[in-house]
Amino acid sequence: MSAASVNLHENSLDWRLPSRGRVGMYCLIAAEVAIFTIFVVAYLFYLGKSTAGPQPKDVLHVPIFYTVCLLSSSLTIHIAVRKLIAGKMAASAALWLLTIVLGVVFLYGTAREWIHLINDEGLTITTNLFGTTYYSLVGLHAFHVTMGLLALIAVAVFYFAAWLRREHAERLEILSMYWHFVDAVWVVVFTVVYLIGF
Amino acid sequence: MSTNTLTLSELSTRPLTLRLHEWVTTVDHKRLGILYILYALVFLALGGIEATIMRLQLIRPHNELVSPQVFNRMFTMHGTTMIFFVAMPLVFGFANYLVPLMIGARDMAFPRLNAFSFWMSALGGLFLYFSFFGGDGLYGAGSAPDVGWFAYAPLTAKTFSVGHSTDFWTLSLLSSGIGSIGTAINIITTILCMRCPGMTLGKMPLLVWLNLVMAGLVILAVSPLSAAQIMLVVDRYLGGHFFDTQAGGSAVIWMHFFWIFGHPEVYVLVLPAFAFASEIIPVFSRKAIFGYPVMVLATVAIGFIGMSVWAHHMFTIGMSAGANTFFVLSTMAIAVPTGIKIFNWLATMWGGRIRYATPMLFCVAFLFQFLVAGLTGVTLAVAPLNWQLGNSYYVVAHFHYVIVGGILFCIFAAFYYWFPKASGKLYSEALGKLHFWLFFIGFHLTFDFMHVPGILGMPRRIYTYEPGRGWDIWNLIVTIGVVFQAAGILVFAANLLWSYLRGKTAGNDPWDAWTLEWSTSSPPPVYNYAAVPNVRSRRPLWDLKHSEDPDWRYE
Amino acid sequence: MSPTSIFAPVSTPAQSIFGLSIFVLVTVAAIFVVVFSLLAYAAVKYRNKQGDDSSEPAQVYGSTQVELAWTVIPVLIVVALFLATTRVILAIQNAPHPSGAVEVIVTGHQYWWEYRYPKLNIVTANELHVPVSDPAHPTPTFLTLLSADTDHSFWVPRLGGKTDLIPNHPNQMWIDPHETGLFLGQCAQYCGTQHAKMLLRVYVQSPEDFERWVHEQQQSAQPTSSAGERVFESAACVNCHTVSGTPAVGKFGPDLTHLMSRETLASGAVKNTPEILRLWIKNPDAIKPGSKMPAMGLNDPDLDAVTAYLETLR
Repeated sequence: MSAASVNLHENSLDWRLPSRGRVGMYCLIAAEVAIFTIFVVAYLFYLGKSTAGPQPKDVLHVPIFYTVCLLSSSLTIHIAVRKLIAGKMAASAALWLLTIVLGVVFLYGTAREWIHLINDEGLTITTNLFGTTYYSLVGLHAFHVTMGLLALIAVAVFYFAAWLRREHAERLEILSMYWHFVDAVWVVVFTVVYLIGF
Repeated sequence: MSTNTLTLSELSTRPLTLRLHEWVTTVDHKRLGILYILYALVFLALGGIEATIMRLQLIRPHNELVSPQVFNRMFTMHGTTMIFFVAMPLVFGFANYLVPLMIGARDMAFPRLNAFSFWMSALGGLFLYFSFFGGDGLYGAGSAPDVGWFAYAPLTAKTFSVGHSTDFWTLSLLSSGIGSIGTAINIITTILCMRCPGMTLGKMPLLVWLNLVMAGLVILAVSPLSAAQIMLVVDRYLGGHFFDTQAGGSAVIWMHFFWIFGHPEVYVLVLPAFAFASEIIPVFSRKAIFGYPVMVLATVAIGFIGMSVWAHHMFTIGMSAGANTFFVLSTMAIAVPTGIKIFNWLATMWGGRIRYATPMLFCVAFLFQFLVAGLTGVTLAVAPLNWQLGNSYYVVAHFHYVIVGGILFCIFAAFYYWFPKASGKLYSEALGKLHFWLFFIGFHLTFDFMHVPGILGMPRRIYTYEPGRGWDIWNLIVTIGVVFQAAGILVFAANLLWSYLRGKTAGNDPWDAWTLEWSTSSPPPVYNYAAVPNVRSRRPLWDLKHSEDPDWRYE
Repeated sequence: MSPTSIFAPVSTPAQSIFGLSIFVLVTVAAIFVVVFSLLAYAAVKYRNKQGDDSSEPAQVYGSTQVELAWTVIPVLIVVALFLATTRVILAIQNAPHPSGAVEVIVTGHQYWWEYRYPKLNIVTANELHVPVSDPAHPTPTFLTLLSADTDHSFWVPRLGGKTDLIPNHPNQMWIDPHETGLFLGQCAQYCGTQHAKMLLRVYVQSPEDFERWVHEQQQSAQPTSSAGERVFESAACVNCHTVSGTPAVGKFGPDLTHLMSRETLASGAVKNTPEILRLWIKNPDAIKPGSKMPAMGLNDPDLDAVTAYLETLR
């Protein structure tokens, strides 16, 4: 059962490869981008093709405030991680919490919009092609925001249990990449739904 | 104390429940690899039974062995099973087992994600087969999906596909899709982040390169399928209209979404087959692979171009002349790097000292058969000719030539080549050769002659056919080939079992090979390598065995 | 000779494809012979002989010239094939549409073919009649392809390549058969349970015979006030079938006005004889299990009567 040891290379000391967490997260983001692309393509393809029922410009209101909230949360999470690296735990925790609050506000905004669309405008996922593609695309995004928020809340618990230390900053940075991705998707969804499709 | 070998004597002293529990909870890439492969073999048998039922039904015109409803379930389940629950698990199983070993790593990057991915994939297959009992169809007690493995809209709409059989198709593939993406993330991260010192990207074995590109394709291609399936669920259960042609939806957009997955999927399956050929042919020809940098470039080219050819599955749906022409060009273009690979394998054999052990027999047959498969693919890339041959038995013959004659033959080669490493035993060479010849004869009887009914006008997916069209004799010959293939598979299974229980000890390096896995014991210890290897060339063991003339002087 | 061989074309699209296929097959065969021979040669010549010493052969890592050669040559072959292919794609897809062409709207159903000739005011099913086309003065038939339910595909190999019938996605194809006769094919896109028996029969007729057929099809049926006609009206047949000139205007199933002018029933699955017609009405699943026509549960006298009535629909 003995094995020959393979030792042919002189300089093993300066052998550095990328971090697993980072590469893994990039791959996950790539897969998610591919999924969202299909939903965006379907949305664009079906623009103007609904045979009946409400059209985008009739019923949609551009959600500027909630978009600003979500995009700002990218800034707050970024600074939260910087503060953690600098050892400023309190500031880091506060900014992390603020990120969560901004994310929740965004989801609240989406819920408000949907309640209005369903009750006042009569637009549901079954109404027409616009309804189907709109709720699917925005809903898929909101689902990803929710998943992200669950992870952020778990980290908030770690903050308050005082389990978090400076060494964990890299992991939080990788998690924040996911959050940035969710915000970047919103930029695309916002453009497609509220700008191009209007 | 956890096991670190698979020797029978050690295993047999511990209670069965404990051993099973270790397998079920394992995060070790080698065990997960074996689980994937054993799982695939079970489903290979099921898919083979489905094929046999179809071939017996088609042995003569107007046969009444099975009803049309059953036949339509058979071809749907056969295709879905073979692609998602045989070929994909085999690909992921071998990747799991070999990649960490070949890069000198201890395990995959994310062992728990690895286990999760396996069980999600496995759940998919179990769920799909539960449909035979649980699917609630119009035509009797329980039914499996019968919409074809590519499930075209609007046949999958609730109107045309009543009951839940289509949902079993959708949900089982969503589950295995999650598993596939998880594994792909793992493979890419492992390869980019865990290579041993000295193993730059340019010094990885070709098998590692090919699995890297394969994993990239999984990430880009399986995701669109998942997206399309979510849309189908929205249509079927939430009243959506993504593919609802009555509401202005498009059946064609399902085709685009499906084939954007479906074509790169075949490269996901074939690149690992190329990987096996690229490791086995050099060792049995006693020469380094010819043109390593070109092989890498060709692989990457196939990966890229492969994402741009999908609508060659849609030549008959009425696309514009411009669109048809584009896909003709991209499809023909991909033949170039693929052909280059065949030439490089040929050049590796050229001037060598070829030993025809069972792995090499399967690889040489692969070369001839893949050549034919690629050339029939070129004929199908000619859109007007596709307007005749598309959706006919010529296409069925072509893709089985690729998947069975190409991919499965390489997988058999890989089984025989790495079986000694994984089990510590040598397989029976006599049984291996018997398997080869039986399967070779059966494969050619079935799939060579299957091209003819296509040329004579026989479409695919028909449960019976009219006499007097000249199709009868060819269908008969095609069915006869099944007997030989089944016999070959039985000999294969018997060989694996017998050799595992009674084979001679293999030793570390029975083939006198050159990649890292042959430097550790057979089977490897759970930690793979006692000391982290470091390497200086693409063939570290050649360098050790030929210190007077090491590879790194020439690379 | 198979009646559905792609290598026996009688219409221009099928002939263009045939010509192109010869070029493609010869090219591909030549590549096969060359590469096969090299592989076979290497596999045999470089076998390890028993007496060989155990030293390794010379290690050759690559060769830029050789790689270049076997990249450039395939690229040139691809260019040639691509240009030849493009020519035929354009010739078939962008063919001119002369005003004298026969126009047929083909609607695919699970599991039968509906044919409407709008300019001629004809509606029929399952057996398509077209005039033969003289290459010197072509009279092609243009088919508009629609679907009432799932995807289908129109494939009569001797007349042309297949084109799919996709709901909400109209397609067009054309044929101009140069010979009279009956040409066979079948649906080539899986459409459901009885996809296998959605057969195609195209009758290519001389101009005179086609005129005669058109004239006969344009006539309405005469009311008979027979017992069978009353069964037809009361047993819900009229919900699915049309018999022009009568109150039966159903559109779900084939038009039956000239049922007896057809040689087959159930889209080519069986011969059109009184016994088989009676069996079809009594129990469609006995002939085409899974077809959309329900067994109407008629008793024997009603069956005899309605069959006799249908036998009058010439």
